Amino acid sequence: MKPIESFELPSPSKVNYLNAVYGLKSWLLTKDHKRIALLYLVSITFFFFIGGIYALMIRLELLTPQGDFLASTTYNKVFTQHGIIMIFFFLIPSIPATLGNFLIPMMIGAKDLAFPRINLLSWYIFLIGGVITIYALLAGGVDTGWTFYTPFSTTFSNSYVVATGLGIFINGFSSILTGLNFIVTIHTMRAPGMTWFRLPLFIWSHYATSLIMILGTPVIAITVLLLAFERVAGVGIFNPALGGDPILFQHMFWFYSHPAVYIMVLPSMGVVSELIANFSRKNIFGYSFVAFSSIAIAVFSFLVWGHHMFVTPQSVYAGMIFSFLSFAVAIPSAIKVFNWTATLYKSSISYDTPMLYGLGFIGLFTVGGMTGLFLASLATDVHLSDTYFIVAHFHYIMVGGALMGYLGGLHYWWPKISGRMYPEGWGRFSALVTFVGFNLTFLPQFVAGYLGMPRRYHAYPPEFQVFNVLSTAGASILGFGMLIPAIYFVWSMRYGRRAEANPWHLPGLEWRTQSPPPTENFETTPIVTWEAYEFAPPEETEVVGKFRSEVERAT
Amino acid sequence: MEQQREAGTLGMWIFLVTEIMFFGGMFLAYTLYRTFYPAAFASASNHLDITLGAVNTVVLILSSFTMAMAVYFTQVGKQRPQVLCLVLTLVLGVTFLGIKAVEYHEKYTDRLIPGKLIPGAEFGPDPHKLHLLEGATLKQVEMFYWIYFAMTGMHAVHMIIGAGLLTYLIIFSLKRRFDPEYHGPVEVIGLYWHFVDIVWIFLFPLLYLLGRHLLDH
Repeated sequence: MKPIESFELPSPSKVNYLNAVYGLKSWLLTKDHKRIALLYLVSITFFFFIGGIYALMIRLELLTPQGDFLASTTYNKVFTQHGIIMIFFFLIPSIPATLGNFLIPMMIGAKDLAFPRINLLSWYIFLIGGVITIYALLAGGVDTGWTFYTPFSTTFSNSYVVATGLGIFINGFSSILTGLNFIVTIHTMRAPGMTWFRLPLFIWSHYATSLIMILGTPVIAITVLLLAFERVAGVGIFNPALGGDPILFQHMFWFYSHPAVYIMVLPSMGVVSELIANFSRKNIFGYSFVAFSSIAIAVFSFLVWGHHMFVTPQSVYAGMIFSFLSFAVAIPSAIKVFNWTATLYKSSISYDTPMLYGLGFIGLFTVGGMTGLFLASLATDVHLSDTYFIVAHFHYIMVGGALMGYLGGLHYWWPKISGRMYPEGWGRFSALVTFVGFNLTFLPQFVAGYLGMPRRYHAYPPEFQVFNVLSTAGASILGFGMLIPAIYFVWSMRYGRRAEANPWHLPGLEWRTQSPPPTENFETTPIVTWEAYEFAPPEETEVVGKFRSEVERAT
Repeated sequence: MEQQREAGTLGMWIFLVTEIMFFGGMFLAYTLYRTFYPAAFASASNHLDITLGAVNTVVLILSSFTMAMAVYFTQVGKQRPQVLCLVLTLVLGVTFLGIKAVEYHEKYTDRLIPGKLIPGAEFGPDPHKLHLLEGATLKQVEMFYWIYFAMTGMHAVHMIIGAGLLTYLIIFSLKRRFDPEYHGPVEVIGLYWHFVDIVWIFLFPLLYLLGRHLLDH
């Protein structure tokens, strides 16, 4: 077995992508995927904290049963804006636009993405969409819920629906361009020897994510565009007063917005596959199953949107089929969870901060996924629709899944991105705080929802107060757990210990260049002669070796 | 260089997939309301100018041909016919937009533009001019026209973008930028142009032709 430490690492050079050129212009006009990733990182962190403030306001209001902190109209705007900011401006771009942007070219041994200029353009589009949305929030906000259901959004809502819609419409193109760029890059820019089945699983999951981005996003674009026209021009394919069908809106909305959940969680699964294999120093169990389950999730994700509409006049037969397909999508997700667990079996696990987030992901995603099955069952869903059970369920996927993966990935690749180590002790502490705070926030919501507490009201019957107090307490802890990394990441950029090229001693391509990498990533185009996660060739592991010698003795 | 061209072509194909999904939303709405309101859709469809529509179809197919020839002449390195074909494509594209504008204007004078899309000229056609079939209402006709304007309008926006891209190609091909070695942009924009044509090939029968026979009885 080739010891990991003996890889030829490039001689440390003072010049890297961060200090190659200086000045604001060198950042704003950069075509370097690594710098664009950082531009995205700064922007989405900004949006994350805005969304977080809204979350805080929601939790404060719900501390008491009476609507005393926010008026009901304000509360409507607050939860709507929390959803819109968090989903469209944080979660959807989170991992792909930052970690994906930074790492895809490095992992496949390329100098950059296939279309560097389009990559920069996508950031500007994101920014324009974001600015328009922020304008809408400041001008008076929007109160339709992030789902924009018609005819409320087209006819009755008295808020900035068109401006917000425009922001989301524009932002969609940044998502499309990112997805397009990734697919073309993965197809055409792989280094010699980097075959499809040597790709890290992070790449596979991003490929699947990109498929959803290019197939789903255009549908939400046209839907939001038609919605805006309806509102402005009094025309209507969604407006029942004009002969339209509001259910058509829900179909078109969820045709994108359900797959969008997988845009959020698939990249996170990619990160977790990296974390599990690398921090247990073992090749992932069933590589091709994990790889193809990403593609299967992408395909299935387009066939299950109707489970958001079980309580609409959707035909009961359609409901049954959607229910069945929603159960089916659990299979590829379960394959991943089982394979990660099997990878851990008899491996040498190190509990560094990224791994803590990775393990946290497995647990929380499992809870989120299993409760999803309750909601995929027709009869149970009728009881649970529009209750806090739903809220808890999708936060387990989006925060417990997507956000944990994002934070795990950010810690894991931080030495490569910044060239500095984050403080490990604080890292583990905040991972733990986040995990505890998250569960305390959302576990009580399952119970409250099951007992019938509806979502989207600022007041509730007093018997639900105990769950809401727990939840608000948890949210404060969770918020604290988010603040610690924000502080020490910034701190580490200046004061952190300098990272070596390969601080975790791993075989991946991104670790075979200096930290931070030079602008062109690698000094020479790498030639790949090894499999993904090649820690030890199978014949040299103890178990196989013993088995072989026994076989040899017997024959 | 070869890798670049391959990337460009693949990128455009993927972009066209997103375009299919984008137009797909409107095709879905069309299918749904045509099923809901067949009589109104037939009546309204019949009111569209089939001659202008047919001429426009021919114009676009011709432009696709000249575009294909432009790509061919670029590949074999004949600069003069290449420029000529690109100019012809642009002229045909603009002709299409001109004819479309004439049609739109007719709808405007007949007050067939749905809702308040044009302030001051709200939807309010003379019902006697429309030859409404039994069971069709003006509201449903308005729905047809909204879908008609959404689809053809979005198509026209794509044509205008295409015309801009063609102008760019013409300028650069006059500067002799494209040769058999380097002609990615011509090919890629060609793909886009063909796609926009194909959208029209679907729009024409769906909006102008289907249900026309119902009125003869």
